[in-house]
Amino acid sequence: MSALPPTELSPLLEVRDLAVRYRLERPGGLLSRGHDELRAVDGVNLVVRRGETLGLVGESGCGKSTTGRAVLQLLKPSTGTVVFDGQPIHDWWVRKGRRWVWDARLRDLRRRMQMIFQDPFASLNPRMTVEAILTEPLRNFGLAAGSDRRRRVQELMATVGMDPRFIRRYPHEFSGGQRQRIGIARALALGPDLIVADEPISALDVSIQAQILNLLARLREELGLTMIFIAHDLAAVRHISDRIAVMYLGRIVEEADAGEIVAAPRHPYTQALISAVPVPDPVQEATRQRTVLSGEVPSPVNPPSGCPFHTRCPLREDRCTRDVPVLREIAPGHRVACHLVE
Amino acid sequence: MRDTTTEPSPTGDAAEAVLTIRDLRTFFQTDGHVVKAVDGVSFSVRRGETLGVVGESGSGKSVACLSALRLVPSPPAFHPSGEIRFQGRDLLRLPEPEIEALRGNRLAMIFQDPMTSLNPYLRVARQLTEVLEVHQGATPAAARREAIAMLERVGIPDAGRRIDQYPHQFSGGMRQRVMIAMALLCQPEVLLADEPTTALDVTVQAQILELIAELQASLGTAVVLVTHDLGVVAGTADRVVVMYAGRIVEEGPTGELFANPQHPYTRGLLASMPRIDTPPTGHLEAIAGLPPDLGHLPTGCAFHPRCPLASDRCRHEEPPVVAISATHRAACFEVEAGG
Repeated sequence: MSALPPTELSPLLEVRDLAVRYRLERPGGLLSRGHDELRAVDGVNLVVRRGETLGLVGESGCGKSTTGRAVLQLLKPSTGTVVFDGQPIHDWWVRKGRRWVWDARLRDLRRRMQMIFQDPFASLNPRMTVEAILTEPLRNFGLAAGSDRRRRVQELMATVGMDPRFIRRYPHEFSGGQRQRIGIARALALGPDLIVADEPISALDVSIQAQILNLLARLREELGLTMIFIAHDLAAVRHISDRIAVMYLGRIVEEADAGEIVAAPRHPYTQALISAVPVPDPVQEATRQRTVLSGEVPSPVNPPSGCPFHTRCPLREDRCTRDVPVLREIAPGHRVACHLVE
Repeated sequence: MRDTTTEPSPTGDAAEAVLTIRDLRTFFQTDGHVVKAVDGVSFSVRRGETLGVVGESGSGKSVACLSALRLVPSPPAFHPSGEIRFQGRDLLRLPEPEIEALRGNRLAMIFQDPMTSLNPYLRVARQLTEVLEVHQGATPAAARREAIAMLERVGIPDAGRRIDQYPHQFSGGMRQRVMIAMALLCQPEVLLADEPTTALDVTVQAQILELIAELQASLGTAVVLVTHDLGVVAGTADRVVVMYAGRIVEEGPTGELFANPQHPYTRGLLASMPRIDTPPTGHLEAIAGLPPDLGHLPTGCAFHPRCPLASDRCRHEEPPVVAISATHRAACFEVEAGG
């Protein structure tokens, strides 16, 4: 171990107390003026090791996508620290008039951190050919000029399993799965270390989802990528992740090894979430115990006091309505935020 | 499945079937091509039964349901051909006023997006009572009472107050409940549910599926559940129909079909899904290739370009429907007849 340089030992990404809050103006007259605060992400701690895939799951509105964007500094965190490869990148913003923009260091860091989006229909410019789409990041960073550039684009196409002859085509000429491959090629163009994939398969047909999951798994191996895989589909997340963090109302409620969290979930929300995932096996479906939660996720504008899950929790006690449970380690590598877990 | 015989389907006992679709074809005219969205589909559903219709986008599963209610606009569709028997009548040949009297009354449909069936400008009360007043001649006061009772039944808290709100004031899951309440108010014989939980989170999906099952058990409704999710089907359907490129490729009782899938497409779908109940395999057995373009369907079996078992015959001839057992059938040359 001591032979390795220190950067090899340190995690690639460390997130501490990350919060993203939005100010919502209250409608109304002069006297009733005021604002509410929406807490999209509310104190998230994460560590992602080099070469590891962390799955981030939760239902809509839990803050998983916002967390992904705040980690990449695609939006400015309200508070908290994001340390990428030993550097505090959450500070790399400068004020320009009324807006915050990336400073030169953060712009340069884009080469090392990239995102794959859910909707390959919306995230590719319909007026650009595939070649233009894949060349743009190379040009922005002054990489691979002239014929090298064309070669690099063809190489990227082959990497994601597309015919390199298709580079003159436009996004609409491809199917959803092929478009997602192009989105992945674009994310890989600059040779990043960290990829945040935000619901990369949920817009795709079932038979295509497996192709994209296999592609991501292969690229991760071949390129040594570190990945944050964000999705609501727990089965897919479990398939591709080494570790999984479950989010609820802007917080991480449980985090553990992917196999362990599915086999032995400890937080009542994780237990309900796993029991609600349908299994393609009628015998199991007929016999398995299902915890059907009542009610719905509360609004992040007025989150419940105490434990954010207490309004739907079947095990709620008095203290859950008062005290916020902290995320603490209950076994090596297994963290849970629940008063009732020993 | 293309039924060349005139025999009733072996699984849908004609005497019991509430709704029987026979050899349904719905074609569209686009850019000079004919798109065969539904091409010779036959199935039936019995009282109290749930039939799962599974397929990917473009498989024709939604268009088949819309055609059953005559909700596919023509043009661009040609008038559907075939037969849709309901209460002794062929819905495809009913005059428009008669089908209107059945729609939303004896035959109801719910959609993936509740806003396609809820009017954003009208309070929920108005939309719920209208069906009762129009279809069943209820008085406004009685209709309101019934509507509130149904909202309570589908699990909307504080229904007496919320009935006077607009759809946008409800969350996604609650809106889906309002739509289900609307669909079930007239106690329909048949409920066609097109991806009713696809837009919802899994914990809410579990609530909605449980709700549909409860209401179905107490009202005896026949449910046609259209979905891409084999997990949802495994947990809810009595029988399953698997569609690909406008046709039924396999059909059978849920237990039999999942335990012993026969068509390479059904097998491929099951093998390609990551599952939470078994340890991850590392590599998923993905189905190769892309779903077909319905305007330019492959010759022979539409699945042949993606099929690991495809032979020369599959490229040229349409596969026959093979009976694997009395209740289980698949359209494939490679399947062995049995039963």
